[in-house]
Amino acid sequence: MLNYENVSLTYPGTSTPVKALDRYSLTVAKGEPVALIGPSGCGKSTSLLLATGLLSPSEGEVLVDGKPVNKPRRETALILQDFGLLPWKTVFENAALGLCIRRFSKAERKTRVERALEQVGLSDFAKMYPGELSGGMRQRLALARTLALDVDVMLMDEPLSALDAMLREGLQDLLLTLWQQRGYTQVLVTHSIEEAVFLGRRIVVLSPRPGRVMTIIDNPKMGTFDYRGTEGFYRTCQLVRKALKAETSRSEGSSHGA
Amino acid sequence: MVRRLLGYTVAIFVILLGWHITSLVIGSPALPTPIDTIPMLQRYAAQLAPDFLTSFYRVIVAMVIGTVIAMPLGLAIGRTPKLDAFLAPILYILYPIPKIVLLPVLLVLLGLADAPKIVLIAITIFFQVLVTVRDAAKAVPEQAVLSVRSLGASRLDIFKDVVVPASLPDLFTALRISSGTAVAILFFAEAIAGRTGLGYFIVDSWAMLNYPRMFAGIIVMAFLGVLLYEIFDFAERRLTRWRKVGQ
Ligand SMILES: Nc1ncnc2c1ncn2[C@@H]1O[C@H](COP(=O)(O)OP(=O)(O)O)[C@@H](O)[C@H]1O
Ligand SMILES: [Mg+2]
Repeated sequence: MLNYENVSLTYPGTSTPVKALDRYSLTVAKGEPVALIGPSGCGKSTSLLLATGLLSPSEGEVLVDGKPVNKPRRETALILQDFGLLPWKTVFENAALGLCIRRFSKAERKTRVERALEQVGLSDFAKMYPGELSGGMRQRLALARTLALDVDVMLMDEPLSALDAMLREGLQDLLLTLWQQRGYTQVLVTHSIEEAVFLGRRIVVLSPRPGRVMTIIDNPKMGTFDYRGTEGFYRTCQLVRKALKAETSRSEGSSHGA
Repeated sequence: MVRRLLGYTVAIFVILLGWHITSLVIGSPALPTPIDTIPMLQRYAAQLAPDFLTSFYRVIVAMVIGTVIAMPLGLAIGRTPKLDAFLAPILYILYPIPKIVLLPVLLVLLGLADAPKIVLIAITIFFQVLVTVRDAAKAVPEQAVLSVRSLGASRLDIFKDVVVPASLPDLFTALRISSGTAVAILFFAEAIAGRTGLGYFIVDSWAMLNYPRMFAGIIVMAFLGVLLYEIFDFAERRLTRWRKVGQ
């Protein structure tokens, strides 16, 4: 379970402090997939960094399984927009990075990495470098790196936004499959309403900076591959779109007033 | 490999041709033609070979020492903003000073043999590498660091897996470029102090007004420069194979 309790975070900034999150509260149940959507710069990435323990809140608390997070936790994985691959390591070495850092034995690394690469369809590319892979393959490699570990909290920051539309649907399917197989608690930050509705059992809409949870839209029907074509999918997308619009117009209204 | 050798063969031919024409046009004994010079390589081989080895030894040892000291320091400064804030101004003041001005001091302190030459070149390389590696370590993409830290990496892991490999290409560029400077300093130091090395061979020939002999020394010195360049290039290709694949 992932729990934000009245979390505020202020960056020191170069000239003036920047308040990125303001009394942000959210509870993600164990094994629940949540999608996070909101205007650019509202603090989505910040909220993920807080959950990994790479950042500490200025106020409030972030808890995983009831324990405050203050340093990276072994079972929490973070996937960033640019995938965070190391160009000087081969596909195999990139996938094995988390295992190396955790001092797994060589044999254990080999079996785990081979299985993870197989799951994302990269077995034949183990000896290549990330520079030789397509965007979609790099994304799958980033997934393999976390799959090699025993992850129970999966945090993803716009993981598919660098990919073109054709690839995105395939990878969304892969994300759904992996979540179904592993059953981890998942927070997916995305720009795309369709992606949020396809992959989030709840869709959390944030306010403009400083980010707060404004609306939460339930989406109980998610979890099947043909959900995309259905009436319910379309209606939920409309709901999210409306919530986002309300957010934007509210912020414009207030900035005119100021 | 074959293409490299072919490239060098063509280059040598073009340079010799240019040299020959220039020499004919100028018509001074101070600039002999390659035809007069090349036989000298053989005639003075018995002196040139040990002088070459001495010079090579001095410059390579100096570059290794300078790099080995500067590399960890540069990485640490580049990744530690407080240390950088303190040391950067010191570095900016010392960096532009041509280190050759230290030669008299070093000669007094260390004598006329290998030590002052090695130390002088090592100091020069030290500053080049320090500044380059510091900047490279600073420029490591924060995203790469974050994603590795999120896997639980320690500071040491981050240096080993991220900062060092990310800085290697810039390090080798600095080494290749400064190998030219190193040879120039070596020439100067050997010309001024001692009776060994290619620098001494060249000024000694000059004193004897034996210009073909002098140019034979210059050719060997050019070869020394090429050799250094190729050594660093080879090391770079071995250690940064991933860059060949193009991003
Ligand atoms: N390291 C930082 N220093 C100062 N300000 C930052 C830093 N990181 C992010 N910010 C600011 O905090 C706000 C929220 O950033 P972020 O969490 O990246 O937003 P999002 O991911 O929703 O686009 C933005 O206004 C951003 O400019
Ligand atoms: Mg972001």
